[in-house]
Amino acid sequence: MLLRHTPKEVADRKALMINPAKMCQPIGAMYAALGIHGCLPHSHGSQGCCAYHRSTLTRHYKEPISAASSSFTEGASVFGGQANLVQAIDNIFTVYEPDVIAVHTTCLSETIGDDLKQIHYKAVTDGKIPDGKTVIGAATPSYIGSHVTGFSNMVKAMAELAEPSGEKSGKVNVIPGWVEPADMIEIKRLAELVGVDITLFPDTSGVLDAPLTGEYNMFPEGGVTIEELKKTGDAIGTLALGEWCSADAARWLDSKCKVPCTVLDMPFGLAATDRFIDVLRTVAGVNVPDTVTHERGQLVDMISDMHQYLYGKKVAIWGDPDQLIAMTEFLVSLDMQPVYVVTGTPGKKFEKRIREICEGQPFEVKVKAKGDMFLMHQWIKNEPVDLLIGNTYGKYIARDEDIPFMRWGFPILDRQGHQYFPTVGYRGGLRLLEKMLEQILDRKDRDDSEQTFELVL
Amino acid sequence: MAKTKKLVQLDPTDIKAALLKKYPPKVARKRAKQIMINEAQESETPSEIVANVRTIPGIITMRGCTYAGCKGVIMGPTRDIVNITHGPIGCGFYSWLTRRNQTDAGTDGDNYMPYCFSTDMQDQDIIFGGEKKLEAAIQEAYDLFHPKGIAIFATCPVGLIGDDIHAVARKMKEKFGDCNVFAFSCEGYKGVSQSAGHHIANNQVFTHIVGENKTPKEGEYKINLLGEYNIGGDGFEIDRILKLCGITCISTFSGNSSYDQFASSQHADLNAVMCHRSINYVADMLETKYGIPWIKVNFIGAAATAKSLRKIAQYFDNKTLIEKVEAVIAAEMPAVEAAVADVRPRTEGKTAMMFVGGSRAHHYTELFGEMGMKTISAGYEFGHRDDYEGRDVLPTIKVDADSRNIEELDIKADENLYNPRKTPEELEALEKSGLKFKHYKGMNHDMDSGTIIVDDLNQYEAEKLVEIMKPDLFCAGIKEKYSIQKLGIPMKQLHSYDSGGPYAGFKGAVNFYNEIDRLVNSKVWSYMKAPWQENPELTATFVWE
Repeated sequence: MLLRHTPKEVADRKALMINPAKMCQPIGAMYAALGIHGCLPHSHGSQGCCAYHRSTLTRHYKEPISAASSSFTEGASVFGGQANLVQAIDNIFTVYEPDVIAVHTTCLSETIGDDLKQIHYKAVTDGKIPDGKTVIGAATPSYIGSHVTGFSNMVKAMAELAEPSGEKSGKVNVIPGWVEPADMIEIKRLAELVGVDITLFPDTSGVLDAPLTGEYNMFPEGGVTIEELKKTGDAIGTLALGEWCSADAARWLDSKCKVPCTVLDMPFGLAATDRFIDVLRTVAGVNVPDTVTHERGQLVDMISDMHQYLYGKKVAIWGDPDQLIAMTEFLVSLDMQPVYVVTGTPGKKFEKRIREICEGQPFEVKVKAKGDMFLMHQWIKNEPVDLLIGNTYGKYIARDEDIPFMRWGFPILDRQGHQYFPTVGYRGGLRLLEKMLEQILDRKDRDDSEQTFELVL
Repeated sequence: MAKTKKLVQLDPTDIKAALLKKYPPKVARKRAKQIMINEAQESETPSEIVANVRTIPGIITMRGCTYAGCKGVIMGPTRDIVNITHGPIGCGFYSWLTRRNQTDAGTDGDNYMPYCFSTDMQDQDIIFGGEKKLEAAIQEAYDLFHPKGIAIFATCPVGLIGDDIHAVARKMKEKFGDCNVFAFSCEGYKGVSQSAGHHIANNQVFTHIVGENKTPKEGEYKINLLGEYNIGGDGFEIDRILKLCGITCISTFSGNSSYDQFASSQHADLNAVMCHRSINYVADMLETKYGIPWIKVNFIGAAATAKSLRKIAQYFDNKTLIEKVEAVIAAEMPAVEAAVADVRPRTEGKTAMMFVGGSRAHHYTELFGEMGMKTISAGYEFGHRDDYEGRDVLPTIKVDADSRNIEELDIKADENLYNPRKTPEELEALEKSGLKFKHYKGMNHDMDSGTIIVDDLNQYEAEKLVEIMKPDLFCAGIKEKYSIQKLGIPMKQLHSYDSGGPYAGFKGAVNFYNEIDRLVNSKVWSYMKAPWQENPELTATFVWE
């Protein structure tokens, strides 16, 4: 047993988090910033933060993650990090030549009270920001919220670039939330199929799925451009996919630039994708083409085909609120039973929403925001489940408790493919079903007796 | 870049100039002192390199922080101490199981390594102080697990808000009575790299654990293995070999280690130092306080392993041991030689670059040498001058403000336990016969003349070096892996070994030969261009013509 010290009895803990189901704000800000074209994320703190975030993102995406740091020393921590950041901006534009630097803070620079706006002003007045280059910033104190909050804060900083011209562009802003590059591509594909011209931000496709060609571009072709971000204020509407990841930016555009926003769930599974497509066509005033309805039908077909194997299966899932809400709804729609739902990210609304989704279902959900995987494991020890869905850290529980495990979420450190195969939309739904089914049927094949082992399933 | 291009014989001074060309003047001046063209020869004094200095803000470094060096590197591999990170959640999360330290839970079964413990500080803790929460967290950990030890690690904000983690640790230790609680002031902003964290960790382990177990350990030829972290099972392979030789390893700092190993380390009669950078402090302190001499060893490379075993045997000066060691080497080498004979025709003459650690970039030159490969450029991520130029330069190293902030313990000989394992005459005789104590000659010595040595190599210089020198293999860490591989050059992680290992000892050497053979000869590096890119002209003819 690897988690041999985890007792079955649940004791209330007030101070000690064990096996967290969240990370800190800056890593989210770094990932979001990578979805801007030609952008070098910059961590305003000691260099360990940047090293940790780059390592974790690299291990998940299996791609180079370039980001710089203010490399605070003890002196900078006492006297403030302004000199470090101004010097960093100068060095970055000289050596790496990005179009954009996206600065995020850390618990260090936030605790000493560094003011990004003021440092930005200093960099401008010192002439350290060349013409045509952009520096944006987001305050991302690690001791508030989680990596999801940091992602949201950086996305909001992107929205704040909006410069409404007064004329509507006819485009729709779509804020996808923290999803894989492949999911970003899938969202763009669906929008194109529906015939809606969208601005997707952030957009890590074309950045974190670079081909191997013998050449290395620190700034690949993908990502939303600063020009596109400036025009988000002219859009006819914004779709924020996920309350936690995307709503703040959308609401800012709504209140400051009069771009009406709709906050939706992330389009994982049938119903959430239905709502996404439905709102998209309403905002843009277009009809949904048959090809999309056809794809939808294929997902419904597979749900019906596989229902016998999925029906009634108990699932424990952990991860981030937006993903968990959509996944819980999807599982319930398959007549599966997401009995344990845990996020490390705070938010009372999360627990309420999960309870609403599970209301009237033939099982009782245990849900926890600000929870941890230690607690979830204890729940499992008291009453086991048939399937685990979450990030790589679940493999220890899966092994100890001998439960099938589907990797989904962030970070995935021990498998590949997540960056290439989307799980959003109808096609993504097919992929989720395929992966779940494989886990469950592999287990059935392993556990069936010789008498009941069958060729055809 | 095409794989077929051969190493261009460029003048090293031109290469250095190319690395510095794009930098702003201030950056170029600083970096120029950290890039040297090696001139090391046996009798010459090596030229000086600037190392262990601040990284330049905005220059994409490979380095991590003091917390990473303390919690991640040194304390991470100890299985039966509950390591609580006091801070916001990130630091604890990112250092959770990511260094590939393997462990054997042993007979007592205590193993907290798969767990991550954190106080998950919130804004109110930053504003009002986190000591109460820390105290409660320690209590909860104690109630849940009753471990032998609880270690507290400070993250950046802890030092800034002034939480007295040591006072909390003392209080809880007294309260529990049966659990040692101690703390590490390893805030990420201290020092200039992970290296400061190693030092802080060493100091606290020495202060709070070493010497706690007074009962002498059974066994012959008792040694401590210092600076071996059991990445990918390296420590298991070394343990296997030591056992075959009849050498008793009292403790390993800190791969696959336990609380009791640290607590008993003063019973050893020799300290064998693997990673000089991270642990030489402990070796020095153990010698001063308890009279245990130390020698530098290296178990990376089959020949290096054999040499290190012979050094240990020479120290104990026992005929049976010497014969046993020779017998083990004789038994192990045929498999190694067979593996070398197999891979060498495919690896001979290939070139490697290594930018890693504070010792590995040096140790692995031996392994590459055994395969006929040449290290054309190397450097440390967090080494000090003595790791490059050898310990002889120690007296001349200027202590700057960043290093001065890291505590130096004032260790004196223990009144009761100081027991010199060898008399001065015996030590002198051993020195005369070639066994050097407290001696490390550094990396530069083993690098060819004209090779380029770069301290704290960064992303830009890495790309430039690869572009200019076109090595067959580049070795660094995970952050560097994919940008190098996009250039069509295989990249081997030498921090965490990708998913491979062990690479130490005899079996490890064989693993490494095969892994490097796989990497440098993989077919994938020939797939960079599509057929229509190789031959873009339209020359097709109709099949019926």
